[in-house]
Amino acid sequence: MKFKPTTKLISRLSITLGILLWVSIAAIQILQVLAQKSDVDLGLSQEVPRLLLDLFFISFLVYYHFRIGKAETSNFIDLLWRVFAIGLVTTIVSLAVELFYTTIANTTLAENEMLATLTYNINFLAISVLLISTFTVWKKLVLYQKSRRLVVSWNIFEALLMASIFFNFTGLVLQNSVVFQLLYGVLALMALVLSANMKWVAYLNFKQKWKSILLILLVTIYLVYFFRLLYVTDDSSTNFFYEINNLFVFSLFTFLLAYSVFSLLVILFNLPTSSVFERKLEEAINFQRLSQSIQKGENENQIFDILLNSSMSAVYADSGWIEIDKNGDEPLLRTRHISRVNLNEVKKLIAKGKRKTLLRNPLEKSSEEDRTLVNIRKSNFRSALIVPLKVQNKIAGQMYLLKEVSDGFNKEMINIINTFANQASISVENFRLLGEALENERYKEELNIAKSVQRALIPKKLDHDESFEIHAFTEAAAEVGGDYYDTFKLAESKFALVIGDVSGNGTSAAFHMSQMKGIFQSLVQLNLSAKDFLVNANTALSRCLERTSFITLSYFIIDTKERTIEFSRAGHCPTLYYSKSKGSSEYFQNQGLGLGILRNERYADFVHVNKMTFEKDDIAVLYTDGISEATNSEKEEFGYDRMQKLLDQNAHYDPIMIQKIFISKLYEFCGNKDLNDDYTMVVIKFK
Amino acid sequence: MIEINVSTENNYLLIHVEGEADASSSIHLDNVIKESVEEGHKNILIDCTNLNYISSAGLGVFMSHLGEIEEKEINFIIFGLSEKVLNVFNILGLDQLLTIKKSKEDAIVAIS
Repeated sequence: MKFKPTTKLISRLSITLGILLWVSIAAIQILQVLAQKSDVDLGLSQEVPRLLLDLFFISFLVYYHFRIGKAETSNFIDLLWRVFAIGLVTTIVSLAVELFYTTIANTTLAENEMLATLTYNINFLAISVLLISTFTVWKKLVLYQKSRRLVVSWNIFEALLMASIFFNFTGLVLQNSVVFQLLYGVLALMALVLSANMKWVAYLNFKQKWKSILLILLVTIYLVYFFRLLYVTDDSSTNFFYEINNLFVFSLFTFLLAYSVFSLLVILFNLPTSSVFERKLEEAINFQRLSQSIQKGENENQIFDILLNSSMSAVYADSGWIEIDKNGDEPLLRTRHISRVNLNEVKKLIAKGKRKTLLRNPLEKSSEEDRTLVNIRKSNFRSALIVPLKVQNKIAGQMYLLKEVSDGFNKEMINIINTFANQASISVENFRLLGEALENERYKEELNIAKSVQRALIPKKLDHDESFEIHAFTEAAAEVGGDYYDTFKLAESKFALVIGDVSGNGTSAAFHMSQMKGIFQSLVQLNLSAKDFLVNANTALSRCLERTSFITLSYFIIDTKERTIEFSRAGHCPTLYYSKSKGSSEYFQNQGLGLGILRNERYADFVHVNKMTFEKDDIAVLYTDGISEATNSEKEEFGYDRMQKLLDQNAHYDPIMIQKIFISKLYEFCGNKDLNDDYTMVVIKFK
Repeated sequence: MIEINVSTENNYLLIHVEGEADASSSIHLDNVIKESVEEGHKNILIDCTNLNYISSAGLGVFMSHLGEIEEKEINFIIFGLSEKVLNVFNILGLDQLLTIKKSKEDAIVAIS
């Protein structure tokens, strides 16, 4: 198994190592003091304690890198608080040591060098902890919202700083080494440049800024305190500073102080503008709420509420309301800090007040769409802003914003209100469109139900015997149609066959088609002659068809024993009949009148019945005008001649094949033009 | 699309129908005929010279006024039907119930 060190493990290991290193550094120093006292040479080279010191720094850097640097927190106050707390503890430790010294001031203990070394080391530990932890936090702040350039320059600075840890091997000191001074200069310059990065300050609110100032100020005080402890001598005579022998610590001090001071100043100067920034941020959030309200499934009223609240807080309005017209009904009102009575009074005053129109576009004429500013008198409100709310290109209502001061709305406010109003309009529009889409979906569903119901009205099995083959095909232009065909076995070797077409198409045609089905199924039971069937059907339909509706029908009685066809045409397209003996086809040219056209007993006079015999391989093609009158893009009809020719050429095929050829030729003819009528065909081939 | 012009000439009302009489446009035709019949005109001539297409719904309009025309003894004459449109009238059998003439002259002769 592969061992993978966790963050926790690394930080624990590094802190343990760091403390062990510190203990050994302190021990070595104490031993050195003891050795010096008793003139014993420890035989320890200078490099060992230096290396230990460097490793100690690195351990702590690693520890804080994982403790603070990796912690996922974007709360700056928390980070600053952490630095403050560490600073507080370290300072207290340091002060305690000092206090201890003052209490033992005049005793021999104060002279004890071992104790002095120990306390120095305790102070040193405290300083190191403060410096390194502060450094880690400052790094996080500098790199907040980092750019590539910033990351590169920071990495250079950090690498240099890390390298400077090992500078102590040279044993050089600031006071007399040019190299030291030069390196320090470079680091300090970089520190100053990098200290300019404080984007985080902008994201603090007013309260947080004050907290930050306080915390950073205290951290600065700790830093100065420790700096003084380490480097400034008590007597300021000849040598102001102690020997500065550690480039790393000194550079670190410089960077930390510089960043603290810069931050303090920047935050301080940012204090007055923070309220504006906060407001802008709030506006952005409100704007987002307006645009997102749809997704949360909120309704229109909630959108208007958000709009009113956002707008009021954006312009510091004292009261306001939104009025949405409801097509003649009582308008919808959403109010804030104003009563109905007061509202109506204010409205009257607004009508009287001095108006100033703000046109968005000087070319736009419609006064209804103007944003209007009104100065009011004789009311506790002195100015009003009226913004029309537009939904789907129509004025849906108005928003009124009221202020207790006169001329209370400036250009920026009006702009932001416009943006809010527009966004709210879009949200409402989307909301309504969504509703409409759902409604449409429901209608579609209903139509699909109607479609499946109608499908069930069309016979699945066509009655016939071995004397003829029969095949049918039907398609509706819309979900439902008005074409109809049906068969019935009247007796052994006697079959009734019907094909019909209801005038018009779509839903109304579909209703009449179902009535026709009912009439056929009832009358056919009576085994009527073709004439009686049509007369009775006409009488029945006359009572239930719409004024302008009629049904065309062809009715056939096929007797397979006698090998005869008795047929009558009620205004339906003439049947195409192929005679094998003639080797060609023709249309039945018999007279007839559509059902429901003449709604009285005179109808019987218009019914003509024909009778003929059929022979083997004769073909009857029954169809609706959706086929014969189908047009192509040139407005040319599919037509009778084309159909006749098609049948002549394909008479050797079986009914299924003939139907398929007809329909594919029909589609070919129409090209990409949609068929706008229902089309049906029934093909019979005699054996 | 359908365009309908109504004009009074001599002793008859001339209804000029132009374009296509389909399910939606035939509603206009229905309204015009209904008005003319209700206004009590005794001679109504329908000029279909420029009627390119008539759907079953269009035929339904003519059909629906048959009863009233007969009842009020109105001379209701259609003329100028194209071969294609006339065929549609014939198939349905409406030619047996309506007076259909070839030209305006024939129609005028029929009412006088």
